Amino acid sequence: MFQRDTLNSELSFFQKIKEMDYTLLICIILLSIISLLVMYSTDGGEILFHTKSHFSKLAVFFPMMILIAFFNIRYWHSFAYLFYFLIILLLLYVSFFGLKSSGSQRWMDLYLFVLQPSELMKIAIILCLAKYYHRIKVESVNSLTSIILVLSIIIIPIIFVISQPDLGTSVLIAMSGLIVLWLGGVKVKYFVYSFLTFLISLPFIISFLKPYQKLRILTFLDPDRDPLGAGYQIIQSKIAVGSGGLEGKGFLKGTQSYLDFLPEKHTDFIFTLFSEEFGFIGSVGLLILYTVIIFRIIRIGALSRSNFSKLFCFSFAFSIFIYIVVNLSMVLGLLPIVGSPLPIMSYGGSSMLATMIGFGIVLSAKINRKQIIA
Amino acid sequence: MIKENLGIRKSDVINRRMFIIGAAKIIIFTGIVARLFSLQISENKKYLTLSDKNRIREWKLPPTRGNIVDYFGNIIAGNLKVYQLHIIPEQVENFNYLLVRLKTLLNLSEKKIQKIVNLKNKLKPWDSIIVSENLSWSQFLKVNNYLYDLVGVKPVMTISRNYPFSEIYTHVLGYVSQPNEEEILENEIVKERFVPGMKIGKLGLEKTLENQLIGTNAIQRYEVNAYGKRINQLEYQKGLQGSKIRLTVDTEVQKLSSQLLSNKAGSISVMDIYTGDIIAMYSSPSYDPNLFLFGISQDEWQLIRNNPLKPLINKTLSGLYSPGSTIKPIVALSALENKIINPNFKVKCTGKTELYGQTFHCWKEKGHGFVSLKNAMKQSCDTYFYEIARLLGVDRLNVTAKKFGLGEKVLGEYFDNEKRGLFPNTNWKKNNLGRGWVLGETLITGIGQGYTQTTPLQLCLMTAQIANGGYKIKPKIIVNDDPLTLEDAKNSMELQSLQKPNTRLFNDSKNIKIIQEAMFSSTNEQFGTSYRSRIDDPKYQFAGKTGTSQVKRISKRERELDLKLEQIPYKDRDHALYVAYGPYKNPRYALSIIVEHGGSGSKAAAPMAKELFKLIIDRDELRNKQSNFENINI
Repeated sequence: MFQRDTLNSELSFFQKIKEMDYTLLICIILLSIISLLVMYSTDGGEILFHTKSHFSKLAVFFPMMILIAFFNIRYWHSFAYLFYFLIILLLLYVSFFGLKSSGSQRWMDLYLFVLQPSELMKIAIILCLAKYYHRIKVESVNSLTSIILVLSIIIIPIIFVISQPDLGTSVLIAMSGLIVLWLGGVKVKYFVYSFLTFLISLPFIISFLKPYQKLRILTFLDPDRDPLGAGYQIIQSKIAVGSGGLEGKGFLKGTQSYLDFLPEKHTDFIFTLFSEEFGFIGSVGLLILYTVIIFRIIRIGALSRSNFSKLFCFSFAFSIFIYIVVNLSMVLGLLPIVGSPLPIMSYGGSSMLATMIGFGIVLSAKINRKQIIA
Repeated sequence: MIKENLGIRKSDVINRRMFIIGAAKIIIFTGIVARLFSLQISENKKYLTLSDKNRIREWKLPPTRGNIVDYFGNIIAGNLKVYQLHIIPEQVENFNYLLVRLKTLLNLSEKKIQKIVNLKNKLKPWDSIIVSENLSWSQFLKVNNYLYDLVGVKPVMTISRNYPFSEIYTHVLGYVSQPNEEEILENEIVKERFVPGMKIGKLGLEKTLENQLIGTNAIQRYEVNAYGKRINQLEYQKGLQGSKIRLTVDTEVQKLSSQLLSNKAGSISVMDIYTGDIIAMYSSPSYDPNLFLFGISQDEWQLIRNNPLKPLINKTLSGLYSPGSTIKPIVALSALENKIINPNFKVKCTGKTELYGQTFHCWKEKGHGFVSLKNAMKQSCDTYFYEIARLLGVDRLNVTAKKFGLGEKVLGEYFDNEKRGLFPNTNWKKNNLGRGWVLGETLITGIGQGYTQTTPLQLCLMTAQIANGGYKIKPKIIVNDDPLTLEDAKNSMELQSLQKPNTRLFNDSKNIKIIQEAMFSSTNEQFGTSYRSRIDDPKYQFAGKTGTSQVKRISKRERELDLKLEQIPYKDRDHALYVAYGPYKNPRYALSIIVEHGGSGSKAAAPMAKELFKLIIDRDELRNKQSNFENINI
């Protein structure tokens, strides 16, 4: 009992610094530097708008991550439900008063930067469900009420996001939610059944898709059916990656990029530019860096004493993995084009904010790994 | 404790399930690495090519046409630097202001301004608009002076076809102009090398020799961005100028021909009787081919098109005329060759002859009395030729005429507008007109009227082949690789006739000699029809035969009136013809002259021959030197 009390007590500032996970921190710093260099390349080798903006976002969000890390994981545990409801409110706000751009309404103007609440929902849903499964008894995990409750926790934000419309983000939110359910112990047969149901209802789902979404799927199946229109992005993206070769064309020398053949090169297609300039070696290197980050987060989860930390770390690691897989598969022509950013690398404040919050909580879990949460 | 146990169980579940997805992660990442490997390593070449195809674009520039030179190396179709004015819209600050400035500077029409505006809306902002294709030097200077005020305007120097002797060579060379779609698709080479602004041969040698003259494109290789804008030039590959082509023509003779025929409709052809070189070939009136280079104006076009003397027709090759009396050497030769007559055969000319109740008139109303072959040729007695034609028959005459090239194209491979003409026989009439031959038609065929139609160049070739002693020659206008000297040409001609009997056009060379002498007397003896145009100096002395070809049948009343030339309407006047060769001793050149509606051959055409022979024979030495010189060069 005594021992437990000391463990529960607050760590001093120096203890926290000592307990900080430097492997993960160094990886995040490395990734940030790479992302700045690539952003510099998208600006054509000059420090222009995107580079500056990306830098200032890093300058704000990185310290914020450290700050989050220094708070005890208990606070984040207690804050989880509130955070989820806050984001739901923001989604509600956005669906009425949000900014519109290219046919969808998903942003809100915060003067300093434009926030996309659906990106934050990716992290909020993990926090919320992690807390739920932390608190619930193992026996009740597969009870009907529990299943209905967690499904509605997942479905409510998805309804908002789909209506924006934003298929890519809603799929990612669903994936993030489902992984917590999986880790929480929901029976395997439920997953199998729902997957089968999904397959059967796929034709009906497709009939509900918007024409541009159907087009994306058709384009994925055969990019050459409209090489200058719908298939243009994926064809140009494959050309950029493929022409990079083993060693790449060299920093600032990606012709596909600086001659503007690459679409969305700052955001979703940032990997394409990286891959063109740094080649196979660079791409695998980046992938290894991401793998180190993911497995480090899993390691932190495994070290953590509380199930909340475990659930959060494992789910967050999986989410990051999913973001990377979806993004890379998309730019490499393995999946249809769905808007999904590459964590930290892609230009975009909300995605970076969500990722940094996630990293912050993971670091907090590491510092407070012996903390038991009631 | 129970709670603790449950807690442990829960973390077990979490850890076990984490392990499952951890394994899945590694598999999926391996899949992505495999995909990267296949794109970047296995298919690298394919995508590298695609990426280069994306960013590198080639611009072809119009090729430079080869020069065409005359026998002495003077450029008769060359290339000239021209000054053009281009606007690059993306560099223009104020488009309307610029247009107003240009309009006043260059006197542009409202229509032209509208055209520029339309082009601007159609083209990409970095594509240049051509304001003026051919600025005069003063306009060019003006624009350069105000360049500071004309932002976005670029004066450009390019190369354009140029014909320094303007109308002198139009019917030989033709001209170049913008091709239409059909013309581009017709010719594989043009199709491959075509770029906007390129011009192709539309007529004459410019058209037939297109593939040799065209040259190859210069190529600019640029790096472009996704919108097609040029970023920087990677490579410049020079094009090759088209081949130089040397013609057999002599510009001085060509010039004289054009002077002689000025304000007249007609044609002059001059030929080397041994080599077949065409020394001059001029059809009058002509027009300035330079007008067509940048698109001819409607007014100028109408002026050429509506000219009653028909400048658009190449009369030397596509003008069909009754040969008139110029056919008589062939009729006489045919009669001698077929042994119908001997040189002493005489006919009494009373001014007319009757056949089946039809009267055939001699040009001399009072008649020539008893005439021999020589006198008949000399005075061009029609009655004599009615008689020998009747004895000979049209079919035998046709054989001789065909041998000498009548009814066949002379330069067919080079000029697609050349006509074959016609020399009739009985079969021809049966097949084409469906009626039998009438003897009266033989009579008028004997004096070069009736169905017979010849081009001036055919008459020239016919005369040349009589002059060279009756040997077939192949007329040519392009100097081939080894030009022959006179001796070589003569020798090879005779040698060839031994090997190929059909190149010898006679059975007995005495007969050719008789015809040559008869033609000599026609020009150089008193009462000869072209006696007044003779040159006594043996250096220039020539032999010839006049011809007057009727355009319409002369009525009895008109015959009685005996109107003077000026009293007859232009359209009804006779064509004047003259064929000749010279110098008489050691002949070298033959010519044919036709003046449309010029009246009699002796008055209108023969005097021109006098002028021409003086010049041609004076230039003979120069010409021989030139061919020797060329031999040494090779």
